[in-house]
Amino acid sequence: MSKRALGLAALGVGSALFLSACGGGGGTGGGDAAGTYDQATTEVVNASDEKGGTLRYAISANIESTDPGNTYYGYVWNFSRYYARTLLTYSPEPGKTTEPVPDMATEMPKVSDDGKSYTLTLRDGLTYEDGSPIVAEDIKYGIARSNYGDDALPNGPRYFKELLADSDDYEGVNADPSDPLAGFGGIETPDDKTIVFHLKEPFADFPYVLVQPQTAPVPAEADKGQQYQENVVSSGPYKFEGGWTPGNGLTLVRNEEWNADSDPIRTALPDQITVQEGVDQNEIDQRLINGELDVDLGGTGLGPAKKGEVLSGEDEKARLDNPENGSLRYVAVNTVVEPLDDEACRQAIMYAADHDSMQRAWGGAAGGEIPNDVIPPQIAGHDPDLDLYPSKDDKGDLDKAEEKLKECGEEDGFSTNLGVRADRPTEVAAAEAVQQSLGRVGIDVEIKQFPSDTFTNTQAGSPDFVHENELGLNIYGWIPDWPTGYGFLSYIAHGDNIKKAGNSNISELDDKEINEMLDEAVRTEDADEQARLYSDIDRRIMETGAILPIVFEKSVLYRPDNLTNVHFSQGYSMYDYMTLGTTGS
Amino acid sequence: MVTYILRRLGAGVLLLAIVTLVTFMIFYVVPRMAGQTVQQLATMYVGKAPTAEAIEATIDRLNLDQPVALQFWEFVKGIFVGATYSFGGREVVCSAPCFGYSFQNYTEVFPELMARLPITFSLGLGAGVIWLIGGVAVGVISAIKKGSIFDRLAMGVALAGVSLPVFFTGLLMLAFLVHAWDIFETPRYTPLAEDPVAWMTGMILPWLTLAFLHAAQYARQTRAGMLETMGEDYIRTARAKGLPERKVILKHGLRPTLTPIVTIFGLDIGLVLGGAVLTEQVYSLNGIGRYAVQAIISQDLPVILGVTLLGAFFVVVCNLIVDLLYAWVDPRVRVAG
Repeated sequence: MSKRALGLAALGVGSALFLSACGGGGGTGGGDAAGTYDQATTEVVNASDEKGGTLRYAISANIESTDPGNTYYGYVWNFSRYYARTLLTYSPEPGKTTEPVPDMATEMPKVSDDGKSYTLTLRDGLTYEDGSPIVAEDIKYGIARSNYGDDALPNGPRYFKELLADSDDYEGVNADPSDPLAGFGGIETPDDKTIVFHLKEPFADFPYVLVQPQTAPVPAEADKGQQYQENVVSSGPYKFEGGWTPGNGLTLVRNEEWNADSDPIRTALPDQITVQEGVDQNEIDQRLINGELDVDLGGTGLGPAKKGEVLSGEDEKARLDNPENGSLRYVAVNTVVEPLDDEACRQAIMYAADHDSMQRAWGGAAGGEIPNDVIPPQIAGHDPDLDLYPSKDDKGDLDKAEEKLKECGEEDGFSTNLGVRADRPTEVAAAEAVQQSLGRVGIDVEIKQFPSDTFTNTQAGSPDFVHENELGLNIYGWIPDWPTGYGFLSYIAHGDNIKKAGNSNISELDDKEINEMLDEAVRTEDADEQARLYSDIDRRIMETGAILPIVFEKSVLYRPDNLTNVHFSQGYSMYDYMTLGTTGS
Repeated sequence: MVTYILRRLGAGVLLLAIVTLVTFMIFYVVPRMAGQTVQQLATMYVGKAPTAEAIEATIDRLNLDQPVALQFWEFVKGIFVGATYSFGGREVVCSAPCFGYSFQNYTEVFPELMARLPITFSLGLGAGVIWLIGGVAVGVISAIKKGSIFDRLAMGVALAGVSLPVFFTGLLMLAFLVHAWDIFETPRYTPLAEDPVAWMTGMILPWLTLAFLHAAQYARQTRAGMLETMGEDYIRTARAKGLPERKVILKHGLRPTLTPIVTIFGLDIGLVLGGAVLTEQVYSLNGIGRYAVQAIISQDLPVILGVTLLGAFFVVVCNLIVDLLYAWVDPRVRVAG
C-alpha cells in the first residue's frame, strides 16, 4: 500500500496532471474552450463527442511499466486502461469519481452473506486484439502472475496475496509450467464468464482492490514475465504499435477488435495516442502552454517554474484546475522518542504550530488547504467541523501550548530533531516553518536532512533509526491506494503496521482504540456506519497529537484549449484519461 | 602501411580489454572493498521491490558470491556467446553480444544501446561537421585578418562558446528560438531514412548548440596554429615562388595546422558518440547520454557498464581513425610511427 504513496511522493508530489492542447505555435489566446479556473475539478470542460486526431502525452521520467500487472503508479493505473480492461474501474462521472463501477464485469460483485466471497460475471463481446475471447481464467492468471511466487512481478502491490484464502501454498505461475494455476484456490472460475474470489476475512473495501490493473486479463501463452511489458496484449480500444521498451516512448492505435458495446467506460475518441518519455518538466509545461503537447502523463501538475507564472496571469489562469489531490502532507510526531512519548507534549506541538506559515511554505492557497483533521475531504469520515486545536488566523495558540508543556513536565521546552527529504524544497521550507513556530514556545527543533530515495526505507521508515537519532518529528506525505478511510488510515495509524523497515506509520502510533475501530470499520458493510467509525478514528488520531497536518495538498493542472471532455478523477488524482479527446490533428 | 594499421588495431583492442577490466572492477569489486555486502550489490540487479528470496536468487544467478575472476570471465563470455538468466521457472536469454541485462527495465542492454545509437550518431556527427568546418573556417579567416573587427568579434564569440555550458545556451535557444519566436520547431529525432527533412529540421537546434560549444575551441586553435605556420620560412618561400595566396593558405598554411585539430576532433567526436549527455538532456533526445543519466539515477549498473564500454569503444575507434588520418595528412607519420 505504501508504494503508490511513495511513488507519487517520489515525484515531488501528490498528483495531478495536466494537459495541453494544440493551438499551434506560441501563445494560446482566448476562446470559450478554455473554461474557467478550477472548472474541471467539478464538471466536464469542453464536452465533445468528436472523434479523431492524435492525443499527445509526455512524461519527465520513463513510464514505470506498461504491464498492467507490474505497476504501482497512479498514472499507469489510469493510462493502462486504454489497452487493459479491468473488472471494475473508477466512475467517469464527475462527483462520483471515487466510486468503483463495472468495467469488464456486468455489474458490481455479489457478496456472500459471510462477506468472504465476491462473485462477478463478465460481459458479452470481450475480446483481445487478435479477436479471441477473453475468459475468466485469463483474469485469474493475471492476478496470479503479479501476486504469487518468488518471481511475482515486483512493482505492484500484493493485496490479493494478503486477502485471498486457500492460496498460501501456491508458488506462482512458473512453479508448474504444465498447469500454472494449480493450487491457486483463492479464485474460482466455474465457467468462462464467472469469477469468484474467496477471502480469508471479510474486507468491505474489496471492490477497490478489483479496480487495480492487476485484474486485467493476460493470456498465459503471451506471458513473458517482466518482459511482457514489451508486447502487452490489448483488451481495450487501443493496441500498441511496435511495442514498448523503457525510455523509447510508445504509440497506441485503434484496436479494431474492441467492441464498444461491451464498454461503458471508454469513449475512445482519439485515433492515435502517443507518449514521449524523458522530457524535462519545464519543457513539458512550456509545450502544454504552447499547444505542442496535450497531457503531462505523470499527473503531478505544473513544475515550480511555470506554476507561479501561469497562476499570476488572468487569461492563463482560466486554463488551470486546482483540485485537492487526495494527499495529506503532515509532520509525523513520534510517540516513542522522549519526551514526545507523553501525549501532552505532542499536543503542545499541535497548539504551537503556525499553520498559516506552514501553508505558505507549501505554496500558499494553491499548494493546499489547511487541515484540521487527518482524513481528506474526498474520503468518507472527514469531519469539516472538527477543530481540536483552534487558534486565531491559524497562527497557533501559544498559551495553550505552554500549558500543555507544563502538563508533560517540560515547562522550559525541550529539544528534538526533525527529519526531512533534502531534495524536496517544499518539504524543507515546511520544516523551517515548523522549526520557527515551535521555537516560540521553547521547543528547540534541529532539522536533519536525508536523501529521498532512502528516507522512507532506512531513516524515517526505520523505527530503530528514528529512536537512535531522536527524530521526534518527520515530514511525510500520504496518498491512499484507494479513497476510503481504511485505505487512507491503516498504513499510517494502525499499530499492526509498524515495520522494522519501510515503515509508513512513522509516528509509531499504536493506540488500542484506533486499532480496534479500524479493524471493525473494514468489516462493516454499512456505509454510514463505516463513515461514523472513520470520523471517530479521525478525531482520536488528532487527540493523540501523533499527526500534525500541514496541508491537504492541491495540484495545479494545465487544461489546454483543444482537449475535450476534461475532468478531474479523484480516484486517480488526475484527469480521467479515458474520456479525453482532442480537436487538434 | 598495413603493418601500421595492424599495430594500431592491436593496440586498440588491447586498450578496450583493459577498459573493460577496469570498468568491471569499478562496478563489481570496488563496492565490495568499500564494505558493500553481496546482498546489497544484488539489490541493484533485482527490480524495484525485492524480496529476500529474490535477492538470494539473484546472487546465485549472477554468481555474485563467486570469485571475481570467474565473474569477469562470465561477463566477457556473455559478450561473445550470450548469457541466460533464470527467473524461477522462466528463462531470459541475453543473446550475443550480451553487454548485460537491466533488471530494472527488464531489457537487454545491447539492443537498447543500438536503438539509441542513431540518435546520438545523428547528433554527434551533424554537430561535428558544423563545428569542424565552422570552427576551422572562422579560425583561418581570423588568422589572415588578424586584428580586424571580424577577428575580434569572432574570438569574443568563441570565448563565449567555450565558457557557456550547454544547459545554458540550450535552454536559452529553446526559450527564445523555439517557444518565444517560433523560428525553429521543437527538437525531436526522426530517423534519416524515414524523412530526411524532418531529421534535419528536428536536429538543427541540438547541432548548433553542441557545435557552438566545440567550434569555439577549434576556431581559437586554428587561428593560433595558422598564425604560427604563416610565419614559417617555407610560407615565404611559397609566396616567393609566386603561388597564389589561396593556395599558400590552404595547402601550405592550413595543412600542418590541421594535424592537432584532427587529433582533438577524434577525441571530441569519440566522447560525443559515447553520449552527449547535456545536449541530449536539454533537448529531451533519447540517445546514449540520456540513457546513461537515467541509469545513473536509478543505479542500474548493467546499463552504466554498457554505456561506459560503448563510450570507450568510440574513443578508441575514433583515435584509431585519427591515427590513420595522420598518415594521410602528414606522410612523415607512416615512416616514423
